[in-house]
Amino acid sequence: MTSGRAQGGAARRWVPVAWGAAGIVAVALLWELYKFVGPSEGVVIGQVEGEAGSGVLILPRTHDRAMPHIWTMIGRLFEPTSGGSTPPLFVSVAQAALLSLGIAAVGWLIGVAVGMLLGLVMQRWKLLEWGLLPWIVVSQIVPLIAFAPVVNAIGNQIDRGGTPWPQWLSVAVIASYLAFFPVAVGVLRGLEAPDRIHLDLMRSYAAGYWPTLLRLRLPASVPHLLPALRLAAANAVLGAVVAEVSIGMRGGIGRMLIQLAGQASSDPAAPWGPMFGSIVLGLIAAGSVALIGLGLKNYRRGEATA
Amino acid sequence: MSAALPSWLRVVSPIAVGLLIVVAWTLYVQFGDAPRALPSPIAIGQEFVLRWGIIWDDMLVTGTNAAIGLTVGAVLAVILAGLAAAWRPVDGMLAPLVAALAVIPIVAITPILNTMFGASSQFGRAAVATIAAFIPVFVNVLRGLRQTRPVHRDVMRASAATSAQTFRMLTLPTAVPYLMTGLRVAGSLAVIAALVAEYFGGPSDGIGTSIATYAKSGRAALAWAYVGGGILIGLVFFLVTALLERLVTRHAPA
Amino acid sequence: MTATTPTTDLAVQATGVGKVFPTKAGDVAALTEVELEVKAGEFVSLIGPSGCGKSTLLRLIADLDQASSGELTIFGKPARRARIDQDYGIAFQQAGLLPWRTVAANIGLPLELHKVGKAERDARVAELAELVGLTDFVDRYPDQLSGGMQQRVAIARSLAARPKLLLMDEPFGALDEMTREYLQGELTRIAAETGAAVVFVTHSIPEAVFLSDRVVVMSPRPGRITDVIETGLGEVRDEALRESPAYFEKVTAVREALHGTKVERANER
Repeated sequence: MTSGRAQGGAARRWVPVAWGAAGIVAVALLWELYKFVGPSEGVVIGQVEGEAGSGVLILPRTHDRAMPHIWTMIGRLFEPTSGGSTPPLFVSVAQAALLSLGIAAVGWLIGVAVGMLLGLVMQRWKLLEWGLLPWIVVSQIVPLIAFAPVVNAIGNQIDRGGTPWPQWLSVAVIASYLAFFPVAVGVLRGLEAPDRIHLDLMRSYAAGYWPTLLRLRLPASVPHLLPALRLAAANAVLGAVVAEVSIGMRGGIGRMLIQLAGQASSDPAAPWGPMFGSIVLGLIAAGSVALIGLGLKNYRRGEATA
Repeated sequence: MSAALPSWLRVVSPIAVGLLIVVAWTLYVQFGDAPRALPSPIAIGQEFVLRWGIIWDDMLVTGTNAAIGLTVGAVLAVILAGLAAAWRPVDGMLAPLVAALAVIPIVAITPILNTMFGASSQFGRAAVATIAAFIPVFVNVLRGLRQTRPVHRDVMRASAATSAQTFRMLTLPTAVPYLMTGLRVAGSLAVIAALVAEYFGGPSDGIGTSIATYAKSGRAALAWAYVGGGILIGLVFFLVTALLERLVTRHAPA
Repeated sequence: MTATTPTTDLAVQATGVGKVFPTKAGDVAALTEVELEVKAGEFVSLIGPSGCGKSTLLRLIADLDQASSGELTIFGKPARRARIDQDYGIAFQQAGLLPWRTVAANIGLPLELHKVGKAERDARVAELAELVGLTDFVDRYPDQLSGGMQQRVAIARSLAARPKLLLMDEPFGALDEMTREYLQGELTRIAAETGAAVVFVTHSIPEAVFLSDRVVVMSPRPGRITDVIETGLGEVRDEALRESPAYFEKVTAVREALHGTKVERANER
């Protein structure tokens, strides 16, 4: 019951985009407004009189080193990465983001493959679901950085043994550790999504496991699978960025962020470059998965928007 | 095929799988050529008991950050979801931002927050946990606030209920199970976020910082004992939020 | 809640009522030129195929939707006023009980909304639970009840404010035949005891005939009233009536009105 007459399809498509842009502008305005009115040393609560460093800072410091102007951040993108004749920052950021994206994509593929396999076998054999699912859930509260050194060490060992194992593969494996979980759970739930009557119908046709899987369970799982793939993509990006930092691999966006943040006191706008880069990275990853969803439109009728 | 399985297997099979993992792990470390970074479960257990004191201290740091993140994130999410449900412009501006927030690696802002708030502040970590917890709560609550069934709305309207009454007696109770689901997801995310954020700088305490430090200095068993501490925090958050969800959703619509 | 005495003895009066729904493909006339009067205490059924506007008409009377044209009064007041004064009670095909409230709390919902004191409310809820035969179930939750019991709770809820008009939108449509016949008997008893007028939407011919004083036959595209049939079956509606020739005669009359012609091969069905 929205007000107003029906608009043209093309015009309506731009409405959410316009609102989103308004949201971003609002955030930017809030940033500059606070920077303008906020106290230079931030807002501290619970400070003990005469005791420096006590209390908790709840609103940030507003001087240029802590909160650069937005135009400074954007301007910094077009200045050399680290002085001299080095390429502009945005070029370096794009290169680093592309590397991380590639690694995340490999991690996503591994994770999706493993997750699908787990989901399939758990649906096929109830006993495996009972035995594995609790551990799969627990696996996600194991801090993944713990595995980074182990995976890296095992990778180096394999590499020394003659089979090449580049460092980025270790990063991808760790990324896949975060990516497999939503897929495994989503596939399991999706394969069990068909209605009782549909299963009874397949049974009445004397269809075995494989025909039922192909014609009923897999198509029915699409509405569960797509959000899982999207979540897996976001997780793979997060995993890749964190693993880079934790292994100390060079060239990726995570490492770059840490490096530039280390120089923030002399060059406060620089770390914002790789941060914008990681935002774009996440959006590209999620957007690519959304494209898969377009191809499977027919299987998504009646899907709740997730 | 599943009809024949006795229900005790439900309890026994995960335990069996767990034992299998531990045994295989132990044997691999004992007899295979495991890397030094992967010590045997026995060594880890010994370190865990021996260093429980310092592990507990760091668990408190990380656990507090995660708890602050979960609480603040959930409160913010409920308020903003309420505003978004009431006013379309708020929804229009927030929806794309939250969708973007959900897919970007949030920990990446930790270094920047540390610059803004000072390197000795836990604020950056708690803030990252807040954002991580905010997203699932916001998404679920906003969805929950829109789940009232037409027949229920008709009943309220036919009973000439005021909009405040409809909100209190229909919209809010309908959304509560969704809030609980959001909280359960947010609980685990807040812990992971608080922990991973420690890897991006800040004060030298917390579970994540310790894991990194000891893994680098070659004390793998102690690093893994800290991993155990991290798992404990995660389990506590998971169990508490899952229990809350179970309690509240007893009479939820199917 | 209905202390105001009716200023007219007409429960519902519709003159030239129409309803148009705007859709993507253009405006759709759901109802046109509806003329209907329901006297106080009278039982009237609306019957017709899908899309004939019977539910739409009921929703207009209940002020859940607004008429596009014509005039509609309930006890002489505009529909909106009647809704706010709680002059009617309503029940739908889905019971629409709030799942987190007990049976008692569901029945008492309309009273709670209008600030009726707790003591009075409890007394009224007990009375209503007794009326629909659910006294032993007041502390249960809806998910612990069968479909028929849920529907009885919904009927009790519709009676909570002692309305002089009951609006029912296929309330027994989702129930099995036995439960359905039992609740039909209960409804005629309740309607007689409370003296309320009833507007009852159904697509079951026997149901309409068994319950009603008058059956209003409707037809789709555009939704309109095509016929009104007096049943003349009297006050007593018991199981014996279901097998009486007078009842069958009226069932046939309604069926013929619905089909627009004489039904010639009735024995084929």
